Amino acid sequence: MKSALLLKEVNKAKEVLPESVIRYIEDCASRKNPNSHLISVLHKVQDHFGYLAKEHMDAVSILMQIPSAKVTGVASFYHFFNFAPRGKHRVSLCMGTACFVKGAGKVLDKLKDHLGIDVGQTTEDRLFSIDVARCVGACALAPVMIVDEKVYAGVKPDQVAKILTEYGFEPRKAKK
Amino acid sequence: MSNPMEKLLELRRKAEKSLREEKFNAKVRITVGSATCENAAGAGEVFKRVEELIQRHNLKDVTLSRVGCTGRCDMEPVVTVFSQKSTPVKYITMTPDKVDKVFDSHVIKGTPVKSMAMPHTDMTNTDFTEDKLWADARLTDRFSSVFGDVHFFGKQMRMTLRNCGVIDPEDMDEYLVVRGYQAAVKVLTEMTPNDVVNALTKSGLRGRGGGGFPTGVKWNFALAQKSEEKYIICNADEGDPGAFMDRSTIEGDPHTVIEGMIIGGYAIGARQGYVYIRAEYPLAIKRLEIAIAAARKAGFLGKGIFGTSWDFDIEIRLGAGAFVCGEETALIRSIEGERGMPRPRPPYPAASGLWGKPTVINNVETFANVPVVILDGPEWFASIGTEKSKGTKVFALAGKVCNTGLVEVPMGTTLRDVVYGVGGGIKDGKKFKAVQTGGPAGGCLPESFLDTPVDYESLTAAGSMMGSGGMIVIDEDSCMVDVARFFLDFTQDESCGKCTPCREGTKRMLEILQRITAGRGVEGDIEKLLRLGDTIKRTSLCGLGQAAPNPVISTIKHFRDEYEAHIREKRCPAGVCSNLLTYTIIPEKCIGCGACKRKCPVPCISGKPKEIHEIDQARCIKCGQCLEACKFDAVKRK
Repeated sequence: MKSALLLKEVNKAKEVLPESVIRYIEDCASRKNPNSHLISVLHKVQDHFGYLAKEHMDAVSILMQIPSAKVTGVASFYHFFNFAPRGKHRVSLCMGTACFVKGAGKVLDKLKDHLGIDVGQTTEDRLFSIDVARCVGACALAPVMIVDEKVYAGVKPDQVAKILTEYGFEPRKAKK
Repeated sequence: MSNPMEKLLELRRKAEKSLREEKFNAKVRITVGSATCENAAGAGEVFKRVEELIQRHNLKDVTLSRVGCTGRCDMEPVVTVFSQKSTPVKYITMTPDKVDKVFDSHVIKGTPVKSMAMPHTDMTNTDFTEDKLWADARLTDRFSSVFGDVHFFGKQMRMTLRNCGVIDPEDMDEYLVVRGYQAAVKVLTEMTPNDVVNALTKSGLRGRGGGGFPTGVKWNFALAQKSEEKYIICNADEGDPGAFMDRSTIEGDPHTVIEGMIIGGYAIGARQGYVYIRAEYPLAIKRLEIAIAAARKAGFLGKGIFGTSWDFDIEIRLGAGAFVCGEETALIRSIEGERGMPRPRPPYPAASGLWGKPTVINNVETFANVPVVILDGPEWFASIGTEKSKGTKVFALAGKVCNTGLVEVPMGTTLRDVVYGVGGGIKDGKKFKAVQTGGPAGGCLPESFLDTPVDYESLTAAGSMMGSGGMIVIDEDSCMVDVARFFLDFTQDESCGKCTPCREGTKRMLEILQRITAGRGVEGDIEKLLRLGDTIKRTSLCGLGQAAPNPVISTIKHFRDEYEAHIREKRCPAGVCSNLLTYTIIPEKCIGCGACKRKCPVPCISGKPKEIHEIDQARCIKCGQCLEACKFDAVKRK
């Protein structure tokens, strides 16, 4: 029996999430083992917002009737989910073995140096964020750097600044 | 109702007829390789340009389609031009501009552009017909015989990858023509589950995900369980850095995996299958979704598949970037929507797995081999490979090797044949140092082990392991201590934290390695690493922890001198560990231009203009900017 209070919570939660995700959750509820779809629901939420905020996860918790602690626990276990907004341009550097052997470490140092942020962080102007990919599987192109969807192959440390300027990076401004 | 095999053959005939009419009877057929890696190399733009050109010239008898990866990663994007009665020509490292030339010369005027074709293409072979692509019974030889690239394909044997780069992965008709789903129908109509399990056991097929457990034995165990509900799972959570075999298989030939799962499901009595795939592989997910939808539409999945009374369906479940989820019990937890943490075994999943029901988990490559075993017979399959390791193994060959790519060799091929034969040796004439197999769970083998045959037992005995198939070639420019640190950094980060030896132990090992590479190693560190490694191996809960120390142990075993140089002499022989380097100016070469001085951030370089400069070692932070700035090679790094 749903109490009035729960109903209120549910309505509140529905305001947080996009229609498509709500429908997906309702669809999952009608299937066998509905809770097993938690990870795919979180994928859809992150697809929409770009990250998982506490209010998003709380809304998922209410709608799927899974304790909030568990939703957070599952989300935080997996590297794919992030909990802070990312930059407008997501710079992702592959750190697979092939890229590593071909000098991706030095490229990453340069990238961090230029943007003044560490892996997983976003610049203050929200223009860039740095991610490290485990392996994008394009080992012949190593070292690989991906900005948004575009793949840059065989990147050398001194090419990093030039690539970043394509996305509005201004060398002097960014470095404090 | 006619029998299922008749129906399938009828479907195939229809597929063949329509393909012949629409695609293959064209004067010229063009395929563009379009796996993730090829798209990254620019295959998308190349495809678009070909499409534009066909439209612009209004060519009705030229067809264009996408294919998966042929494995020639360093030559991507690859465009193949087929025309009857002449050699199929593979054009390499294509760009839209190059496409213009090829199109004008080869497609319109009929003259292949040899300068842009794959080296060693035999242009004199003129008896090619499309039939050769399809008619070849086992399909395994066609790469060298049809494409002529014997330098790369000659030592290979394409079994798992038999269709990759040949068929259009998004068109089920093309899969049907290459005997697609024939094995599944044969199993469903002519064989009992016991027959299937026996065939698999007889073939000697072992798990390709790295464990090497005999597939037939695993299936037999699950078959013996009495349960109304059973599950079969395809593990496509390819987490090893530097490995892309499973991605390429799914992107190039998704139906093979589905067919393997159908057979597995029937053999163990599972009516539901799951593919657990990394979210980082969007193209593979898309192709798999297309393939599943097509199979469902044709009645190959769902209720009463192929017109039999057997129900079977497949659902895709996405991973979310946790390496440990490649471990089977962790994978099961993840499908259940939980944190992907492993649990002690037994009970094995074959007894109690997904939702407590008997579950079989096999890797993508294993499933891709199953139809071959059924169609060509377990005896034939068992005739390939070594005594204990049968069939072939796919490797993602990468690193400092000339031919980077996806290669498939019979078990028992030596590492030397893979690295120097298929791989073409070391890039830029550098010296070979080690080959790393097995990803973060494997080890590094030096030159003296190059004659080790590639099979489960030999690689393990040499101190590495088969693993899922990453093979990274390392040359003299890499520091082995740093390589060990790289892998430990990975496993430490990916440790799920459930058991103490793995959680704490890998952290401590990483700290020691970081200290050594930073020049703060002390006497006794090597022994400490070995002792810790041994404890972690023996006491960790799952395969991740049990194998985590392998990269360290194997590098200590084979490259102990490098560790000692770091610790005792504070020197990095390969010149990688920045804290252990010294930068000096060679007086004879310095002209006193001051370029280094201007770049130095400390600044620690002194010298008047036009006089020889000097670096103050005490203040140098070893950033290397002076080396980059100097145009006269006057800065030396040691």
